[in-house]
Amino acid sequence: MRKLSTKRRHPFAGLVVLLLALVAVGGVYTAVKPQPATAQEVTTNDVEAGRNLFLIGCASCHGKNAVGIETNRGNNYGPSLIGVGAAAVDFQVGTGRMPMAKAAPQAPRKTPEYTAEETRQLAAYIASIGPGPAIPDGEYTDLGKASVEDIREGGELFRANCTACHNSVGAGGALPGGKYAPTLKGVSAKHIAEAMITGPQQMPVFSDDVITPEDKRNITAYIKQIQGQPNYGGLAGGGLGPVVDGMFTWIIGIGGLVIASIWIGAHGARVKKKS
Amino acid sequence: MSDELQTTSGAGQVQSTEPIQDPGLPEHQLRPQDVDEAQAKRTERQIAWMFRIAGLLFLGFCFSYFLIDINSSFLGWSAQNFAFGMSLGGGLLLVGVGIIQWAKKLMSDHEMVEMRHPSASSDEDRTAVLADINAGISESGIGRRPMIRNSLLGSMALLGLPAVVLLRDLGPLPHDQRKTVWTKGMRLVNDVTGTPIKPSDLQVGQLVNGQPAIVYETDADGERVLEGTELLQVKSKASIIVVRMRPEDVTPDAGKENWGIDGILCYSKICTHVGCPISLWEQQTHHLLCPCHQSTFDLADNGKVIFGPAHRSLPQLPLGIDDEGYLIAMSDFPDIIAPSYPELARDQKKLDNKA
Repeated sequence: MRKLSTKRRHPFAGLVVLLLALVAVGGVYTAVKPQPATAQEVTTNDVEAGRNLFLIGCASCHGKNAVGIETNRGNNYGPSLIGVGAAAVDFQVGTGRMPMAKAAPQAPRKTPEYTAEETRQLAAYIASIGPGPAIPDGEYTDLGKASVEDIREGGELFRANCTACHNSVGAGGALPGGKYAPTLKGVSAKHIAEAMITGPQQMPVFSDDVITPEDKRNITAYIKQIQGQPNYGGLAGGGLGPVVDGMFTWIIGIGGLVIASIWIGAHGARVKKKS
Repeated sequence: MSDELQTTSGAGQVQSTEPIQDPGLPEHQLRPQDVDEAQAKRTERQIAWMFRIAGLLFLGFCFSYFLIDINSSFLGWSAQNFAFGMSLGGGLLLVGVGIIQWAKKLMSDHEMVEMRHPSASSDEDRTAVLADINAGISESGIGRRPMIRNSLLGSMALLGLPAVVLLRDLGPLPHDQRKTVWTKGMRLVNDVTGTPIKPSDLQVGQLVNGQPAIVYETDADGERVLEGTELLQVKSKASIIVVRMRPEDVTPDAGKENWGIDGILCYSKICTHVGCPISLWEQQTHHLLCPCHQSTFDLADNGKVIFGPAHRSLPQLPLGIDDEGYLIAMSDFPDIIAPSYPELARDQKKLDNKA
């Protein structure tokens, strides 16, 4: 009997069973594990490619190991990127703020230097060197899912948390020392969500625990809603408020009228001929 | 007002004492319309067309009111408002241009001079008015009947009182600022959503625009405890901002060392200058700016004013943690919140004595 039972199994049967068990456990884990916020799969190749891009384009300020470079005065040349997460990279590089073109109070938004693929690889590299906020799940940046009630609540949150700096229609505003809160016009839902999670530059962090991902989606939906409305008042002038409107009216508007009436008074066709 | 026209020929004959002789008016030059009748006709037709097109545009305004859908848009503007503006504005502009053309090109065209006159009235007029006023005073007998005069003056003085009483009752006196709804153990919640906050929810650099939990509390029937005017008054005094900094950046004054938790600090959201809600928080500099008059407070340094017209530090709320791990207030604001007022120092002393 014993001989029969040993003969029944192939010498590799144990190995096969072990492999199957591993596959099953892995598969079940993949199915039920907490979903990472990023929908994209990240491979070691991405991390490696990202590291190569980083060494060429970013390491001069952020250091070869992304730990930042300190100046002698204790400030930094470029801050440490350990733990800033994929979301910060996707925001800073995806909106063109990084790489910075020159030293300035604030990095302005500009045309991105890196392609979407390269941005993804850079994000993968930075995410691999320290845990940090991930790129938000597509579910929370799909504004089509926001109902009218959601948009209304997003508006309340927007007015409580965002309008102080970004203006009531998201047109942006000034901060001291040449800094500013940029306009939210034309910024993608993903980048707005990433800015709230990571708090770029002077912007505070609005963590997912306090302003939930749904809240963030609703805020963005509200921003897009008010910016998509037809303008009933004619030229909005950037929506920067009564001071700017008043300056424009007084200096350009009334000044222009004065100049026009002087011009009218001074001109008129005359002929040489006498009566 | 029609003074004689002073022409170049006339000025030559006057014996002038001026160092530079008055050159007089330049020679009159004719317009094309004065010498060419065909040109004048053409101008007349042009102007008439401007008025006609203006009339059509006014009609177009009425048509666009009825025909254009109010919700349709044009180049990002409301199509109807755009049509209103273009038709009415364009029509008025054409009327104006037409009138100017008419005046400048066709109406009679000769130079006129008006001499200046003294602006005062004549002496006879002034004496007559003064005589009338004196006659009125003596006929009223206000000097002879002091009882009437004094009682009238008295009643006029008392007329000021209703205004004082009404204005006094317009709003609460600033002394009510001394207390807010914050009490020991009341949770800090996120504004709008009403979620209570745990220290672990907050990251370094985070800002939370918060409210006392009572703002979102409901009674047994599910109704809000605070409503309407009362709710607004509570929020206008008790609104807070919660920020988290690196603990090593915070430099608390003596006695305030345990008011924060691991770099989490809570301040009043109401500016001490004139009471605007402040939440322009620069997370890297720890500065909080008021959007109204640029008062700037350093939240890492006890909310001290570092710029702007505000006079007092931003009041800080001492924080603690309850059994479930949520952030709570340890007391009401120890300092009086919101703008300063004349008796603030006295009220602050009363508040300190009670505590």
